[in-house]
Amino acid sequence: MTDTGRRRPFRHLTPPGVDDLHSAGGDAAGRWETDKPDERWVATHCAFCGVQCGMHLRVVGDEVIGVEPRMDTHNRGKLCPKGVAAYQQISHADRLTYPLVRDADGLRRATWDEALDRVVDGIRRVQTAGGPDAMATYGGASMVNEKTYMLGKFARVGLGTRFTDYNGRMCMVSAGAANYRSFGIDRTANPITDVAMADVLLVLGANVPETFPIYIRWFWEAMDRGATMICVDPRETTLARVAQLHLPIRPGTDGALLNAMLHVVVHEGMLDEEFIAAHTSGFEEAKAAVEPWTPARAADTCGVPAADIVRAAELFGSADKAMLSHARGLEHQVMGSRNAMAAINLCLATGNIGRPGAGYGTITGQGNGQGGREHGQKCDQLPGMRHFTDPGAIEHVAGVWGIDPSEMPEPGEPIFRQLERMEAGEIRGLLNICSNPMVSWPDQGRTQRILEGLDLYVVIDIFLSESALLADVVLPGSAWAETEGVVANSDALVCKINKAVDPPGEAKPDIWILTEIARRLGREEQFPHMSAREVYDELRRASTGGRADYTGITYERLEAEGPIAWPCPTDDHPGTPRMFEDLRFYTDDGKAHFNAVEVDPPAEEPDDDYPIRLTTGRNVAQYLSGNQTRRLGYLSDQTPAPWVEIHPNTAAAHGISDGSPVRVTSRWGTTVLPALVVRTIRQDTVFIPYHWGHPVAANQLTKASFDPISWIPAFKTAAVRIEASDEAAWAVTPPPVHQGGAR
Amino acid sequence: MTMERSIFVDPSRCIGCGACMAACRECDGHRGKSLMNLDFLDRSTSTAALPTVCMHCVDPVAPCAQVCPVDAILVSEDGVVHSPDASRCIGCQNCVHGCPWGVPKFDVEEQLVHKCDLCYDRTSVGLGPMCATVCPSDALYYGSEDEVRASRPRRAAVDVFSFGRQELQTGNWMVVPEEFSVLTFPLVGP
Repeated sequence: MTDTGRRRPFRHLTPPGVDDLHSAGGDAAGRWETDKPDERWVATHCAFCGVQCGMHLRVVGDEVIGVEPRMDTHNRGKLCPKGVAAYQQISHADRLTYPLVRDADGLRRATWDEALDRVVDGIRRVQTAGGPDAMATYGGASMVNEKTYMLGKFARVGLGTRFTDYNGRMCMVSAGAANYRSFGIDRTANPITDVAMADVLLVLGANVPETFPIYIRWFWEAMDRGATMICVDPRETTLARVAQLHLPIRPGTDGALLNAMLHVVVHEGMLDEEFIAAHTSGFEEAKAAVEPWTPARAADTCGVPAADIVRAAELFGSADKAMLSHARGLEHQVMGSRNAMAAINLCLATGNIGRPGAGYGTITGQGNGQGGREHGQKCDQLPGMRHFTDPGAIEHVAGVWGIDPSEMPEPGEPIFRQLERMEAGEIRGLLNICSNPMVSWPDQGRTQRILEGLDLYVVIDIFLSESALLADVVLPGSAWAETEGVVANSDALVCKINKAVDPPGEAKPDIWILTEIARRLGREEQFPHMSAREVYDELRRASTGGRADYTGITYERLEAEGPIAWPCPTDDHPGTPRMFEDLRFYTDDGKAHFNAVEVDPPAEEPDDDYPIRLTTGRNVAQYLSGNQTRRLGYLSDQTPAPWVEIHPNTAAAHGISDGSPVRVTSRWGTTVLPALVVRTIRQDTVFIPYHWGHPVAANQLTKASFDPISWIPAFKTAAVRIEASDEAAWAVTPPPVHQGGAR
Repeated sequence: MTMERSIFVDPSRCIGCGACMAACRECDGHRGKSLMNLDFLDRSTSTAALPTVCMHCVDPVAPCAQVCPVDAILVSEDGVVHSPDASRCIGCQNCVHGCPWGVPKFDVEEQLVHKCDLCYDRTSVGLGPMCATVCPSDALYYGSEDEVRASRPRRAAVDVFSFGRQELQTGNWMVVPEEFSVLTFPLVGP
């Protein structure tokens, strides 16, 4: 620092409430005099993304009028633009405020009784004709745990179907499968705060600044400490921009890269032999699998210099404390689960697990992305992250649900296997809550054919999404600020969401809707109308003894102490922010498992007809399918429509200039988008953000191909051709926006 | 005439997310309008971005206020350069042209100028301004020079800027590589 001679005296002012880092519950209205005497503040967490930033909602009467930053432990007042704008969806003019049913002229207004009768009659018809399993449910990981738990119970007990699944199928299932096979439990091993303590950071397929902006501070803190950053991404993200080593690999080749890095670690004697011998199994097989993956071979596959692969391996392998983080870039591939296993192999081989600043983290995307896969809406799971393979689990959960264990349906199947059954006419009805497949599923044309072909398609949502437009019945549900509940964030921190207002108009809490359908199906005994708190207490009982044990995490504790990381089996248990500190794992032998990773090519390889690799992803101003964020004024202004990112050399070869329309065509569909010509992407790759629907949906172009282990779609590896177009880029007509600030 | 805490702008940390502008729009004094800017400097070659906030110029004090013919811009004793008083502002835009940072914004419909007042409703009672409070990456940081010096190794904070023959000292700071003590902007044009 240069002495300017004008340094000022500094007196630290403590703003009111700033030291109160754990104010998860309660009303902070007393701390700040406003000119609106009837304004109250509701402490809660954000509706969007797995960070779950703390915030206050500013409420006047029955309307949420604004947001006030809150000094919660993990965001300390910080918010991304989605967080700032989140409140604007609550009283949004587009909210669904009454039920809709379809007749010959399309969707029309109906009473709750009429709409629910239609649903119940439809379910009875479908199940009479095709059996209980002819009806399926599909949930979302943006719902609080009380809702996801209720959906799993609704499917298994209310409908008696084995077919339930959720939209984490497009999010966390690859990482989850790898976590299970390696550690025996599905959650991030180290909290993201460990990043700040690491000496070397390896980030693969995670555009942290764009998708988890709040987490970037830990990366900056690490770099201030002198940590070395290695960033693997086909695009130069703002993280890659400042990384010491950026490996812009071909999309879909992460497994080859990670195998080659382990190859270098093995051959250069950087293994943590003591750790491997004492705490792991399966190393010899994993070692044999990486033997053919020389840096030279991987360089050829990945499209980056061999020397850079060697350097990355040497940096990671020689670090005292190294942290590896990845997100969907590595996971949205047919290799998704195996890529994550290869990442874990690298951590285990170098002894980087279970220590502060040394370990492994999968960064979870959705608001309740962690919790959404714990309590029963996922096809193969019962509450508490229990599995159908455990008879004790079925007995315990059946007891909590008040059914005989013999009534418990078999484990279900991933939604994308269920789609094959829908195409075959075996599954004839679908209840979709909190998800928008017409934007988010691959091969949009197929999605539309399947949804339109169902005998009964019911949607519960807060806005009329692209997918709700196809429904037979649309039921208006509750937004996140309209019911109480908990979510588990990316670090498995259970956070308390508080209610600010009632649902608008005739809209109802989602729990009420599911309960009412179940009751009308004759399940009154198992489905009394319950408050969120009663549902949560039942969830805690159901989770007792499971891997995701919430027993000790009560609403009262969350309100008094702030977020608590599970497992937390007792009232006085402090929670578990970092896993495996005792180097005991949840596997049968208590050891961490190496998994030999065989590398397969991506689902589609570019060829003469479709010579360019298309990878899809996200933008900071939009959340998931955009059903919420595309309606919020500021966010919609930032990115009103998608674009296609192209390298200048590729653009020039096709006669494309910045901003000009480009026709992008795959084997599955075609669209026209404006070009964003930038040097920050590989020459052989183009990128399209996926948050929009037809006619500019990225998922018109993606193939319905899946990871055979996790059934995650291979969103990151489509093959396309691009042409300069003389058509105007199809303009998205954004839904009417509600300029939240200018009231 | 000095601010005990001020905004430090660190472009090396900016991730271009736009949370600052989103939050600026939430300020009760100008809801729905952002009074700051965020620019991608050259998106064709880089993802680098730069937020621009009012720097609350100290010496010479507030060029925007100096050129205001109707004294609509108050500079309070704590160094904050306020938004033009709507009851005085005649919409002449002298301040828009006089500001070296391009901060005051002219509202065509209202025929009035608005500018950042460092969230005076918040900072005057010890809260941080909205933009720096929410900034996820600390590219905008509200605090003291000592805090920044302690937490950002190999960086310097400068509050002196040279525009040709004119030097300007500001209330807010830029965080830059450590070899800089003054940021010099080359003169453009004759």
